Amino acid sequence: MRRLIALAGACFLAAAPLSAQTIQDQVTSFELDNGMDVVVIEDHRAPAVVHMVWYRAGSADEEPGVSGVAHFLEHLLFKGTETRAPGEFSEIVKAQGGTDNAFTSYDYTGYFQRVAADRLGLMMELEADRMKNLQLDREDILTERDVIIEERNQRVENDPGALFREQSTAAQFLNHPYGTPVIGWRHEMVNLDLDDALAYYEKFYSPNNAVLVVAGDVEPDDVLTLAKQHYGPIPANDELPERTRPQEPPQMAERRITFTDPRVAQPYVMRSYLAPERDPGDQRKAAALTLLAEILGGSQTSVLPQALQFEEKRSVYTGAFYSGLSLDDTTFGLINMPSEGITLEQAEADMDRVIAEFLENGVDPEQLERIKFQFRAAQTYALDNANSLARLYGSALTSGLTIEDVNAWPDIVQSITGEEIVAAAREVFDRDRAVTGFLRNDAEVTQ
Amino acid sequence: MSFIGKFTAALTAGLLFALPLQAEIDIAEVETESGVEAWLVEEHSIPIVALELRFRGGASLDAPGKRGATNLMVGLLEEGAGDMDARAFAEEAEALAASFRFDVGDDAVSVSARFLKENQDEALDLLRKALTQPRFDQDAIDRVRAQIASVIRSDAQDPDAIASMQFNERAFGDHPYGSRIEGTLDSLAALEREDLVEAHEGALARDRVHVGAAGAITPEELAGALDTLLADLPQTGAALPEDIDVSTEAGVTVVPFDVPQSVAVFGHDGLARDDPDFLAAYVLNEILGGGGFEARLMEEVREKRGLTYGVYSYLVPKDHAALYLGRVSSANDRMAEAIEVIRDEWAKMAETGVTEEELESAKTYLTGAYPLRFDGNGQIANILVGMQMDGLPASYVSERNDMIEAITLEDIQRVAARILKPEALRFVVVGQPDDLEDANQ
Repeated sequence: MRRLIALAGACFLAAAPLSAQTIQDQVTSFELDNGMDVVVIEDHRAPAVVHMVWYRAGSADEEPGVSGVAHFLEHLLFKGTETRAPGEFSEIVKAQGGTDNAFTSYDYTGYFQRVAADRLGLMMELEADRMKNLQLDREDILTERDVIIEERNQRVENDPGALFREQSTAAQFLNHPYGTPVIGWRHEMVNLDLDDALAYYEKFYSPNNAVLVVAGDVEPDDVLTLAKQHYGPIPANDELPERTRPQEPPQMAERRITFTDPRVAQPYVMRSYLAPERDPGDQRKAAALTLLAEILGGSQTSVLPQALQFEEKRSVYTGAFYSGLSLDDTTFGLINMPSEGITLEQAEADMDRVIAEFLENGVDPEQLERIKFQFRAAQTYALDNANSLARLYGSALTSGLTIEDVNAWPDIVQSITGEEIVAAAREVFDRDRAVTGFLRNDAEVTQ
Repeated sequence: MSFIGKFTAALTAGLLFALPLQAEIDIAEVETESGVEAWLVEEHSIPIVALELRFRGGASLDAPGKRGATNLMVGLLEEGAGDMDARAFAEEAEALAASFRFDVGDDAVSVSARFLKENQDEALDLLRKALTQPRFDQDAIDRVRAQIASVIRSDAQDPDAIASMQFNERAFGDHPYGSRIEGTLDSLAALEREDLVEAHEGALARDRVHVGAAGAITPEELAGALDTLLADLPQTGAALPEDIDVSTEAGVTVVPFDVPQSVAVFGHDGLARDDPDFLAAYVLNEILGGGGFEARLMEEVREKRGLTYGVYSYLVPKDHAALYLGRVSSANDRMAEAIEVIRDEWAKMAETGVTEEELESAKTYLTGAYPLRFDGNGQIANILVGMQMDGLPASYVSERNDMIEAITLEDIQRVAARILKPEALRFVVVGQPDDLEDANQ
């Protein structure tokens, strides 16, 4: 519900197809004269369509001091335009039997509707309208500010694990805005006002900063015609700023945090390392890290669970996380939730020992082959879900990648060798570029 | 018997209030040689298959004193089978790029399989071993038991989970519905291998199974595959539990817990799925507290007052009892107001029902949204098996929207008065809410 998408752990399984039909066969792209990108994904099995507009603007594009404004604005986009009353947008979608919602992340904000395919033009008309004609009441929007504060309560304040992860991410990024939570810091959220929201809106909401993704029972030419009709007349924003954020200084020292809360039922240790993301034309290292996360913690047969859960029985849960879809440098994460009787200090040592052994022994070629086959199969499974394909292209194109990068990715993943994976691991696993966090409760005894 | 599974579009060109799509997917009803019934939507354009099995009974079949046995058993189905230990089994599934999910709820064990056409036989054979030859190795039992214990401990610190558990405990007492399916830490610790073998025999039986499938498989292939898949399961399972009536009193129960935002589960008894009024009640609930922002609860509690991020109500027709429930969360100093608004809306709806306009708008939405649900093989297989569990005929897919259209304002007003019971509306609140005390009103 007008919700956030957490970046953590969302890795895209994508690779060379097993079937004759491929994802690329289904994808067509255009650019409108005003700079708006258009991606069409055909799926003619059912007469439905998903219509999405993604802005290349997320929480990491906010000015300092107004954290949460990107997400606040996302809520406010349902509050009416010069010609539509508050709530009318969703009412119209609903009257078509459709559903609509929106999401905000560090690098993008997106809006979508799912409707019968012949209502696409109407959806475009509505979405184009609120790209430029938002009409907000200074007082009315304070109610919505209460809503996002309750949203923060629900997602973060009530959950010690979420508070811990927020602190850990803040410690990871000293200077880059990825250290600020997408939903915002509470003390800044309570002061957000109309001017903050409109400043963000006017700066970032324009066709030359947007990606239109349409997936479903549509023909690309028809989509282009409709897009020209509804989005085409909106002028580009010539003052759209270049997308550069403050970058991290070199990290010179390890960072450690301990978060203690009596509500923690299951203590764990989490480590995050700064790691490169997928860059346009340069995705090999990210592909190696994607495979590394699978090898270390992607399934029951991975390195960490095999060693610590199955053989030594010293852990309840272990995992590894990486998503290369990010505009700027991202993180590679490890987690170890120890069994009863094992301290967090021991759990950290266990994790480090297993990683060191892995770096020594290298990649099991059979495991790598199984993972690559699953990536190839995922290409086929993906054909069954036009919605997730739409999300894949939308998030890639708003995270600095091109369609060519998305299309090249499966082959790159297949071409990565065990040696490259170990090399990428050695480069990333540097404690001087890491945050190690303990989540514990009062009762736990330290060594 | 064989059809191509696709919607038949019945679109009109109208714009704002066009006629809804008709969901006319073609469902083949398959009966295997050994008598297993399955529904199939064939779809050969993508070389994958989605298969959904439901075994009626689920965690409610736990023997007295063995709470958690069915859940632990289901958690072990993928932890070693036949000649494979847990690791060998997982490696085999990965090598096939097949995925199997085993899940258990109050009333059913569910099995969800997704596999590639190119290795269909191998994938189904692996699934057969999981279902019919689970090993229940002691080290696997201990490992999975520790994971479940960690879930129990975590839920004991999670206000959402506490609210549900406390409501169920009060509504159902000693009936299996009154306790969590994982059991307690004590009951879980006491389970032995023998209990799991028994739970397996009791829960996975041939006369309890419903099957939905969608994808690149013919009815003949499916029939043959199912007979092989299920041949070694027992014919009959353990006795199903008794039905139970729910009775609640209006008021608030506060469960003190140190969180900044209170979480509430509220409700009273509901309506059985086979009740003739169920569909009307479903439409009514859409207007009161269904998914959209236009629902009355959402409008009053969130949109107008900003008291919550989300408030919902929903019908919960279990096999042996029925509830009408809702959820809301709100800061400790605002929960009292949220509850007051919900109570008022509940009473108002019971008394005056809905407007003609609300009913028309709900119908337009529900009939328009229905065909959009059939979105991919996995979804379709799920819907097919769900319909069978609900006792609906395959023709329901094409008749359902007409049934919705036929509901009148009088139907809704009658059903509102029947199922909304302000005098029984109980709130269980977890948190430190201001100005709310344990109270029956």
